[in-house]
Amino acid sequence: MSNKVYNILLVGVGGQGTILAGRILSRAAVSLGGEVKVSDIHGMAQRGGSVVTQVRFGPKVYSPAMAEGTADFLVAFEKLEARRWLPYLNADGKLIVNKEEIHPLPVLIGATTYPSALEDEMSKMVTNTLMLDAFDLARQAGNVKAVNVVMMGALAKYLPISREAWEEALASSVPERFLEINKKAFQLGWETAGI
Amino acid sequence: MKKELLIGNHALARGAWEAGVRVAAAYPGTPSTEIVEAIAQYKEVYAEWSTNEKVALEVAIGASIGGARALAAMKHVGVNVAADPLMTLAYTGVNGGLILVSADDPGLFSSQNEQDNRFYARMAQMPCLEPSDSQEVKDMVGFGFDLSEQFDTPVMLRLTTRVAHSYSLVELGERKEVSLKDYSKEPTKYVMLPAYGKARHYVVEERRKKLMEYAETSPLNRVEWADKRVGVITSGIAYQYVKEVMPDVSVLKLGLTYPLPENLIREFINNVETCYVVEELEPFIEDQIRAWGLPVIGKELIPRVDELNSNIVAKTVGAKVAELDPELAPLAKPEAMQAAATAETNLPNRPPLMCAGCPHRAVFYILKKLNMVVAGDIGCYTLGATPPLQAMDTCICMGASLGVSLGLEKARGNEFGRKVVGVIGDSTFLHSGMTGLVNMVYNGGNGTLIILDNSTTAMTGHQDHPGTGYTASHEEAHKVDLEQVVKGLGIKRVQVVDNYDLKAVEKAIREETEADEPSVIIARRPCALLSKEKEATCVVDPEACRGCKICLRLGCPALSFDGKKVVVDQVQCNGCGICTQICPAKAIVKAGEANE
Repeated sequence: MSNKVYNILLVGVGGQGTILAGRILSRAAVSLGGEVKVSDIHGMAQRGGSVVTQVRFGPKVYSPAMAEGTADFLVAFEKLEARRWLPYLNADGKLIVNKEEIHPLPVLIGATTYPSALEDEMSKMVTNTLMLDAFDLARQAGNVKAVNVVMMGALAKYLPISREAWEEALASSVPERFLEINKKAFQLGWETAGI
Repeated sequence: MKKELLIGNHALARGAWEAGVRVAAAYPGTPSTEIVEAIAQYKEVYAEWSTNEKVALEVAIGASIGGARALAAMKHVGVNVAADPLMTLAYTGVNGGLILVSADDPGLFSSQNEQDNRFYARMAQMPCLEPSDSQEVKDMVGFGFDLSEQFDTPVMLRLTTRVAHSYSLVELGERKEVSLKDYSKEPTKYVMLPAYGKARHYVVEERRKKLMEYAETSPLNRVEWADKRVGVITSGIAYQYVKEVMPDVSVLKLGLTYPLPENLIREFINNVETCYVVEELEPFIEDQIRAWGLPVIGKELIPRVDELNSNIVAKTVGAKVAELDPELAPLAKPEAMQAAATAETNLPNRPPLMCAGCPHRAVFYILKKLNMVVAGDIGCYTLGATPPLQAMDTCICMGASLGVSLGLEKARGNEFGRKVVGVIGDSTFLHSGMTGLVNMVYNGGNGTLIILDNSTTAMTGHQDHPGTGYTASHEEAHKVDLEQVVKGLGIKRVQVVDNYDLKAVEKAIREETEADEPSVIIARRPCALLSKEKEATCVVDPEACRGCKICLRLGCPALSFDGKKVVVDQVQCNGCGICTQICPAKAIVKAGEANE
């Protein structure tokens, strides 16, 4: 392993499973033998707010939270959240976005509208972009709640973590009765990341 | 040695268990809640949810006097509640080691202020320990107990949200059995009559001097010598930001921030060309160093407000250091933080909101409709202050709804008083609402209190309390009867309503606010997240919906407008049916009840 510290930012909406995704990723990253730090801070209220989990791993990691402009990967479970957190992504970083739209309260009550051209805008801003329909892939895998694991499958393609480590992390993080669905979801994400 | 990824709070629980803690008490509060929740899993330890932080600390004091290692955990504002016993505990000292955990919340992720509780340590003249990651949290618990017993003092272990809720690797150890110390009657030490208290104050002063000597050589403080052109004095999570931004400058890392090691600090400053102090929130370390007449740069650059982070350190101290030598502050280089995009300021916000089916929503909808002045309290229901409901006028601290509503009535008279109601949750009422209610009865107030009884401490993640009938270790306990309590406190007018019945809620609020005597409405409906079974969801009859959007005034996340009609999200909806009651066209119905 090089001296590189990987900075990975997972963002989404409360209830989408970003925290569990962060746990799977961090457990998998432990297999590399270096340090792993994770910061997931959630404000008040259980659901519906903007959620962010920061995962950092490498030979020596100081802060559990990364600085703006330093994320190697921004993994967004929702489009609006992708745009909100884009200033954290380094200019050379990779953006992985689930194309799902979850309307926040100001949109629901008609106080404002959901931005319409986010996908185009972000594709222009970030050269290194992967947009996928994780909701549909999760449905194919057998459960729409597996969006988070689809996203981890897509991310896994670009990280130096072995498939075995991912599978162990998955097995130790999700209930056994959902393991097969989650393995399938992971595989579908991995395949979508291609190349 | 087995290593595990743990959040700071779980590392703290593990550390307490390994250090032989026997009694742990807390009132839930972000970011401290997980500590005692986790300690309750260890069968060797007695753990409790106390009714409030003052009681929690008193239980820990009793356990300590009884010879056991004891711990009380609370959020920063909880220490305000516990400040009374704390200041005298500082005089009595301990028998078994005692740790007060103060979990501060810089950045107000879930709090009403961001006070810096290190000042309490100075006020009580007790050691203050500040860990920087989960391993240090765990190590400092055992260290803190030893220190407490060695110096006969309570010890503050001060976390911040970023330490309490971040994961890092922790080496796990075994439990060390620490036997109970002997108990003996020592009134001059534990009965703080004026004469005994005065004598103890001299003991506190002696202890302070010994602790200052100890601080000079404590392993909790360490110097990391590197480039001596720049030195940084720091503590807690700020240490990590300093190392992130400037890995090659000299650092004095203080794990013990009260009392401070004067000689160690003086020597450090004398050996570097320029010395910075990087600390989150208040200049607690810096002011002391300046009082010694030593030259440091601190709050000229580092803000006193909001959570600190690597960005701020890079742009302030980092930028200054980069002027001297860019290689000393690699993260302050422009290319290091080259972002893919700038922030888009016009994006719709995603504020926290009451869940679909939240029983609080109905009450705030009626309070808004009746244009009430609402003295609020601390809990999920504080979100009643935010759009679209905006039906709360004040929120100060736990239990303040009662005093504030009485004060409004006394200041502006009875007519105004009729428009004032207090709202408080069941857990908060038992925490510190009862004394305010007695006060209202005793002092002739005519106010109305609504107890939002959702049968749990919801905001911190559903902890039990005396009104739920279960303890921290999920054993059955006496279930407090709120009706009996308020009657016992002198309230004659008590109504119990179901939040989901809007007409009943409105009727009760109208009746009780018009009455010329104090009254309580208990709005009882369990938190929507507690019920396992899903009721039939609501659906919109698109033929009937007129698109008036009145239902959207509820601010329910399951309801949205498609441009012409309202749509109910069938995944989110849990069938509370409040929207069906306010739709003027009767276009929203429970699924299965629709006219086919």
